[in-house]
Amino acid sequence: MALSECSLEMLQYLKLKSVEELFSDIPSSVRTDGLRLPDGLTELELRRELEAMMSVNRTASQRPTFLGAGVYHHFIPAAVKTIVMRSEFITSYTPYQPEISQGMLQTLFEYQSFMTELTGMDVVNCSMYDASTALGEAVLMSSRISGGKKFLISRAVSPEKKRVAQVYAHGADIQLEEVGYDPATGSVDLNDLKSKLDQDVAGFYYESPNFFGPVEPRAAEIRSLVGSRTMVVGVNPMALALVKPPADYGADIVIGDAQVFGSPLNLGGPMIGLFGCKTEHVRKMPGRLIGMTTDADNRRSYCMTLQTREQNIRRGKATSNICSNEALLAVAAAAYLSIVGKSGLRDIAAQNVQHSYLLAKRIGAIKGFRAPHFKGTHFNEFVVTSDVEPSRIHEELLSGGVHGGFQLGNDFPELRNSALYATTEMHTKADHDLLVSLLEAVE
Amino acid sequence: MSYHQAVHDVPSVFETCERPKKQKPFDPTIGGLIPAELARLDLEIPDLPERDAVKHFVNLSQMNFGVDNGLYPLGSCTMKYNPKVCDEIVSMRTVSDLHPLQDPATIQGALRLMYELEQMLSEIGGVDSVTLQPAAGAHGEYTGIQIVRAFHEANGEARKEVVLPDTAHGTNPASAAMVGYDVLELPSKEGCVDVEALKAAVSKDTAAFMLTNPNTLGLFEKDVCEIAGIIHDAGALLYYDGANLNAIMGKTSPGKMDFDIVHFNLHKTFATPHGGGGPGAGPVGVKRRLDEFLPVPRIVLKDGKYQLDNNRPKSIGKVRAFFGNYAVLVRAYAYIRLHGGNGLTSISENAVLNSNYLKAQLRDTFEMPYGDLRKHEFVMSGRPLKAKGLKTMDFAKRLLDYGFHAPTVYFPLVVDEAIMIEPTETESKETLDRFAEACKKIVAEDPDLLRTAPHNTARSRLNEAKAARDMIFSWRGYEKKMRAESEKVSPG
Repeated sequence: MALSECSLEMLQYLKLKSVEELFSDIPSSVRTDGLRLPDGLTELELRRELEAMMSVNRTASQRPTFLGAGVYHHFIPAAVKTIVMRSEFITSYTPYQPEISQGMLQTLFEYQSFMTELTGMDVVNCSMYDASTALGEAVLMSSRISGGKKFLISRAVSPEKKRVAQVYAHGADIQLEEVGYDPATGSVDLNDLKSKLDQDVAGFYYESPNFFGPVEPRAAEIRSLVGSRTMVVGVNPMALALVKPPADYGADIVIGDAQVFGSPLNLGGPMIGLFGCKTEHVRKMPGRLIGMTTDADNRRSYCMTLQTREQNIRRGKATSNICSNEALLAVAAAAYLSIVGKSGLRDIAAQNVQHSYLLAKRIGAIKGFRAPHFKGTHFNEFVVTSDVEPSRIHEELLSGGVHGGFQLGNDFPELRNSALYATTEMHTKADHDLLVSLLEAVE
Repeated sequence: MSYHQAVHDVPSVFETCERPKKQKPFDPTIGGLIPAELARLDLEIPDLPERDAVKHFVNLSQMNFGVDNGLYPLGSCTMKYNPKVCDEIVSMRTVSDLHPLQDPATIQGALRLMYELEQMLSEIGGVDSVTLQPAAGAHGEYTGIQIVRAFHEANGEARKEVVLPDTAHGTNPASAAMVGYDVLELPSKEGCVDVEALKAAVSKDTAAFMLTNPNTLGLFEKDVCEIAGIIHDAGALLYYDGANLNAIMGKTSPGKMDFDIVHFNLHKTFATPHGGGGPGAGPVGVKRRLDEFLPVPRIVLKDGKYQLDNNRPKSIGKVRAFFGNYAVLVRAYAYIRLHGGNGLTSISENAVLNSNYLKAQLRDTFEMPYGDLRKHEFVMSGRPLKAKGLKTMDFAKRLLDYGFHAPTVYFPLVVDEAIMIEPTETESKETLDRFAEACKKIVAEDPDLLRTAPHNTARSRLNEAKAARDMIFSWRGYEKKMRAESEKVSPG
């Protein structure tokens, strides 16, 4: 290593002849000699190389993409990026020293406040990794609240989420059991739910809108069936601008993903797990919480609170191991919601609903297609069923410059001729026209 | 001393509406598409002009301290400078504008980057395969311990216990417990693993031993070979917490030390910005015999195309949806390419040099328990402050007044009044000198200045107990409390 003059001065101060002496405590039997990696690049070379490497990707805005299934392509106002990229936010750590970190703390508190308003829940933490891990944690928390080593989960849930929940449940020796859906509406099969609610069930998870798009119409009946067990509801928080919040129908825990508020697709990561609950459960909750307090001069201030639930204090007895979370995406969500505001958010959400109804109607009118497959109220997603195999449709759309919906057959054999389509405010009429004309041409 | 943080009076965004947008009539049923019984009628969120929203958050940001503002010597957190080119690359449309469920044929560039990052991390960690799926360091630990469990279950064994030293990060025992293990914490001996105690503790019930090396005291666990032997002889696995990897790149590797599983903290060693708490990324590397347990999908290169392999019957499944924190992975990839193999090695050299230099500067001012040579961080004790009736926390708060973020305090637990300092390689000698000077000056100051610190930050010392008592987690919660209090004051 070529040492700078300062490094040499520091070595002299330490009375060392070489940097190697700083590593003399590593036994020679485990020493390695450097790394077999390519040489470093200049910034310009790096830019060139990555631009070339990434140019082969086909982006969601270059060509219309009708994928959703938990990750949504929404417009991000320029000012969101201005705020998120503020050096003071992006290069800070977890706000362990609140006096010098009020900016991040107040912003996270405002994220919690926005999510509290949207979900109606008493408490929302300042983020989990994503909706799938939020579900995993909700399964564990339900068992802490209600006891019981079984947890029921609706079949109309994303396969990704189910697989993650499975791993979390396995870790805690909790058994997951699926509750079917009504084949006509996609909503929870109440008879199936009733038959599975035995003594050992800690709670039940369902979504509204669910994975197939419909909003759950019988939330009150589900609540009364679930009784004193923990009811966990999954939401798309953007849809909550238009539909009743889960607190209104008695959710104990609410999960979701706030990526829809100001964060790019980024191949599905980072996302931001939304996690809220009733006040009575707050001490059993995972994740960081920001609370309001005052400073020595009695000024309104913010700090992390109820940390005795967390790993840095409670170690093996903590409610969760989570430490790093997705704080910067919470900043994005708070910035996004402040910028679009109440009227903007309702307009955007309304556009999503209108686009999905319009598109579903147009696809449903094509010979050999049925859309929406499930009858009910949709937000921005619906299932399309066709006479032709979805994989063939997918290939034809792709060669026509469109990325079609998510094919359901692998995870839901009963829907082997179906795919899940999402449309948002990002799609123009021309995008819909192109999709419809390509579908019409499929034989 | 010339530091002073900005102090703005920034009301809550929920009360700042000086000039609300004009309310338009809104049909909550969207022309009858949403049935009245499902439709939402009220939505209490603010509606302010973009100009006011930007002012609000920019003024807030000025009341926040990041690495870009100055030294952030938070021990075990590796708060190094984050090269801006990495952020810029992530904001390229061809990088960010991709959906995770796209046909693999349409995301070949992204898959290639992740495939190559797995290989580069394998080289750095001395392991055979890497998964990029875990979203954070603790999540990596969780994944690793799930692999431990899957490994033993595949061998028909139900081992019950994970062993770790008392110097371990809090996430270690929490992760092990979440995978269903009992946790046994071993008292350290002179700051390192007590080999005799370890021998006595391990049994056929031991599933794994979790270790950070160098450990949280900044000491290299010199008995690591013997430890590996003890653990492997017992049929258990050895887990490496990669939080402190910044100390050893190119000098040794977890794989070389015979660890079976390792997680990497990309937001530490590989300079991806920590964003006020996240996102991070916690990839996990394993030795070949554990490869089959890694989460799905695996990215494979077949016939010149990157593909997703989900057909892995022994896989633990999925620990997170999709691929992990991809935007963080891209930044880490860019960082590794920027520095190259030699660059990463000199990063570790400089990190260790800076740490030892700063420690030597402070050796006469604070107690320095446990040996002389440290790696990338060191822990000192604030015990000498007690004579003046002061605590480590008072010292930490006073450091803020000098424009330095405080070190990690009261951790690890084995050191009384612990002050854990990690300067990182990106700080200059001048900065370290100024920091040392400030530390020496502070201990000589009027104790009241420390007890009432900080003075130059946006807020003075916070009443954290009140936050826990009041439990106000939202603007709505605040308003509710205000209403309750005003009713108390004027009954009826």
